[in-house]
Amino acid sequence: MSERIRLVVDGKPCELTAEPAMPLLYALRADLALNNPKFGCGLAQCGACTVHVDGRPTRSCVTPVGAVKGKKITTLAGLGTPERPHPLQTAYIGEQVPQCGYCLSGWVMTAAALLRDTPKPSDKQIRQALAGLKCRCGTHMAILRAVKRAAGANA
Amino acid sequence: MTPAPLSRREFLKAGALVISFMMPGTVGGTLGRASATTAGKPPLTPDELDSWIAVLPDGRVTAFFGKMDMGQGVDVAIAQIVADELDVAFDRVVVVMGDSAVTCNQGGASGSTGVQRGGATLRYAAAEARRILLERAAERLSVEMAQLTVRDGVVSVAGDPRRRASYGELINGQHFHHKLEWNKQYGNPLLAKGLAIPKTASEYRIVGTSIPQRIVADKVFGALPYVTDVKVDGMLHARVVRPPTAGCAPVTVDESSIGGIPGARVIREKELVAVVAEREWDAVRAAATLKVTWAQPCTPFPPMETLYDHIRQAKPIGGGLPVNKGDVDATLKTAHRVIEAEYEWPLQSHASMGPACAVADVRADQATLWTGSQKPHYGRNGVAKLVGLPPEKVRAVWVPGPGSYGRNDAGDAALDAALLSKLAGRPVRVQYMRHEGTGWDPKGPAAVYRARAGLDAQGTVVAYDFLGKGFSRQDVATTESDPKDTLAGQLTGYAPKPTVIFQVPAEAYDFANKRCGWECIAPLLDRGSPLRTGHLRDPLGPETHFASESFIDEVAYTAGVDPVAFRLKYVSDPRHVAVITAAAEKAGWTARPYPNPRRGKGNVMTGRGVSYTERNGTIVAVVAEVEVDRRSGRVWAKRFTVAHDCGLIINPKGLELTIEGNVVQAVSRTLFEEVAFDRNRVLSVDWASYPILEIQDAPERIDIVLINRPDVAPSGAGEPSTRTVPAAIANAIFDATGVRLRRVPITPERVRAALARA
Repeated sequence: MSERIRLVVDGKPCELTAEPAMPLLYALRADLALNNPKFGCGLAQCGACTVHVDGRPTRSCVTPVGAVKGKKITTLAGLGTPERPHPLQTAYIGEQVPQCGYCLSGWVMTAAALLRDTPKPSDKQIRQALAGLKCRCGTHMAILRAVKRAAGANA
Repeated sequence: MTPAPLSRREFLKAGALVISFMMPGTVGGTLGRASATTAGKPPLTPDELDSWIAVLPDGRVTAFFGKMDMGQGVDVAIAQIVADELDVAFDRVVVVMGDSAVTCNQGGASGSTGVQRGGATLRYAAAEARRILLERAAERLSVEMAQLTVRDGVVSVAGDPRRRASYGELINGQHFHHKLEWNKQYGNPLLAKGLAIPKTASEYRIVGTSIPQRIVADKVFGALPYVTDVKVDGMLHARVVRPPTAGCAPVTVDESSIGGIPGARVIREKELVAVVAEREWDAVRAAATLKVTWAQPCTPFPPMETLYDHIRQAKPIGGGLPVNKGDVDATLKTAHRVIEAEYEWPLQSHASMGPACAVADVRADQATLWTGSQKPHYGRNGVAKLVGLPPEKVRAVWVPGPGSYGRNDAGDAALDAALLSKLAGRPVRVQYMRHEGTGWDPKGPAAVYRARAGLDAQGTVVAYDFLGKGFSRQDVATTESDPKDTLAGQLTGYAPKPTVIFQVPAEAYDFANKRCGWECIAPLLDRGSPLRTGHLRDPLGPETHFASESFIDEVAYTAGVDPVAFRLKYVSDPRHVAVITAAAEKAGWTARPYPNPRRGKGNVMTGRGVSYTERNGTIVAVVAEVEVDRRSGRVWAKRFTVAHDCGLIINPKGLELTIEGNVVQAVSRTLFEEVAFDRNRVLSVDWASYPILEIQDAPERIDIVLINRPDVAPSGAGEPSTRTVPAAIANAIFDATGVRLRRVPITPERVRAALARA
């Protein structure tokens, strides 16, 4: 049965009516018209739907919206803006990372949590933290450069 | 920032089409920020200059590009060319692409020809626009054209800069109404020229610089609308229901099984079954819940482990012998030594980052398609045919999709959406699920290669014989311009008509007797097959050159010659020689015995391998360095050195990133990717069952040597290095282990088994 669900998304309180079992991704994209988390697999295998739930990178395609009631959701668009970019976003632009760009939420949101917890990660730590994410265009070299560049900007 | 929903009005405005002008270097025409009407513009035909270039009163320039960028910045390169030819600043140029209403069909993204072919017409058109504007300036300023100079769109008299006129003043809000000489072709061969002679490379200022893609920022801030984000008023969400076993038609569809899902209903047309709902999640649930009984499995596929035997034994349905020099058979008979080997490459999936999505609004008298396909003009043609409208009544609008490397599932989604919209009488959004993106896209073909070489007593190659045999690369055509080449068409009565087309190696080895041929075998299933083949990045390129360049290495080894020296011995074209030499030098290659005598005594063995290929004028050489773990069998393709010559370089940084993407994706295809199937179905349906490279397996380093040839017209870069990588890896594995891997993917299991046999 549908119920009213409240969330805080990118700093704004939001309310929607949905079945609690519906994945958060559909709430964000269909009900709240926040398109930047992407549908890639619906199976938590690729990361394109990644958002932060109370700061933790979460695959929204398999997270029931009912399980995140009242929680703080941050999407790629809420991580930073052109006026106040996150260092990773600045680094991504500097390194010209994306090709199709459809995978970005997974890499950037996961790397943002890494850099928050481990501001100066080693190459190995970066690769471990980003394991499981997919990029079909093969931009991995640029991703590694961008994460290191953003880490360098972490004074 | 949330992209606004696209209203139908915006796209279907009768009479005056809306054109939108984007930030420089960005994509699309219909999601833009400012607009102007097309009043008085001549019809959109390739022989009109106005079909290619518009100069606005404020001096901004729009270039209408009929090819596409798939994320590598082709549109930036086009803007650089146009800016240089017109003598305007780069920031003034906007490239509009992907909208069939405002761009001519230059073939879409196709065969790495965005700059090579697509750029040629834009270059000529921009040069012609400049010539016409200068002609007008000469008249207005009462001087000879030769006395004029142009700087950022302002024409002035040399030595008297106060006598001047801007392009905006000269065009005066009008169109050019000027004819070009057009070769009457559409698609890749389209070429249109004016009287103007384009600049020489030495006159270029913007071409050759690394201008970044501004669209990257839109992507990075989550602000770029993708095709998956398109919303149209009144739109229904659809999911297609595919048969669990290939080739099976639905027998009964129990609509009551989804009765509990709000607004969900079935749409069925012949063998195509779909569900639609007002809310997307309800469509997802309905597709998962719907009870369908399907016809008995028809067991169309051979056991997977016998695929290569099937290919070897199948009767060819066509073939060719494009290279046949001297007398190979006789020479092989008398050769001092004959080397022979076979290589195998599996079926592979596009497995684009997201499964395809398309939105269609089909009315009685017109239709609009929003598609992520890299060939929207052909999508327009396919939709027109499928829904029974003339092509000029259908508008296809490209919106960036979730990755595209050829004829992926986007073409199928486009026609599914159109058919379902027609049947539903409302706009329909079709979003494929992951199992469709991986399990039902057209596949890169599997093939078997047999190579033989004869050496004389001195170790010189006297005969070379190469035969490829496998599935055609076009069970479905390169485009969705005919319903027979789409699932929607094939499930509703259009019989597939595969094209028989294959490939032979592209290189410049000058062997005295040389034969390169191919044979195609029939598709495994004659309708709606999840194993139908189609173009996947560099179609048959990695397959063919994995075999040919692995074999060259085997011959070099047998002849006792260093693999770089061996290649140089048989190649004389100076560009080819320069590329091979550059890769070897940059990699620090010096001749030494191989397999590697210092491969490492522990569990990790190291080796290096070289490979070289050509593709439509672009020459690439790759040196790979690998680590092979003796216990696990894991291969880490640790370092690559790539030398790349694609003629005149337009944008060096963009080119480097493009090459990197080629290399990493090719590593993935070489080490990880294989479509699995059983007798009735495809088993590779997601990322767990179709693994690709992840970041722990990304190389440590890729060094790139760009060889710029300002005097050579630019050729492509989107695919050529893809074909060079697989053999470089296999050759490096041989150097590291002394064991030759001749079947892709080179998985840890296969490496362990090969080491155990050695």
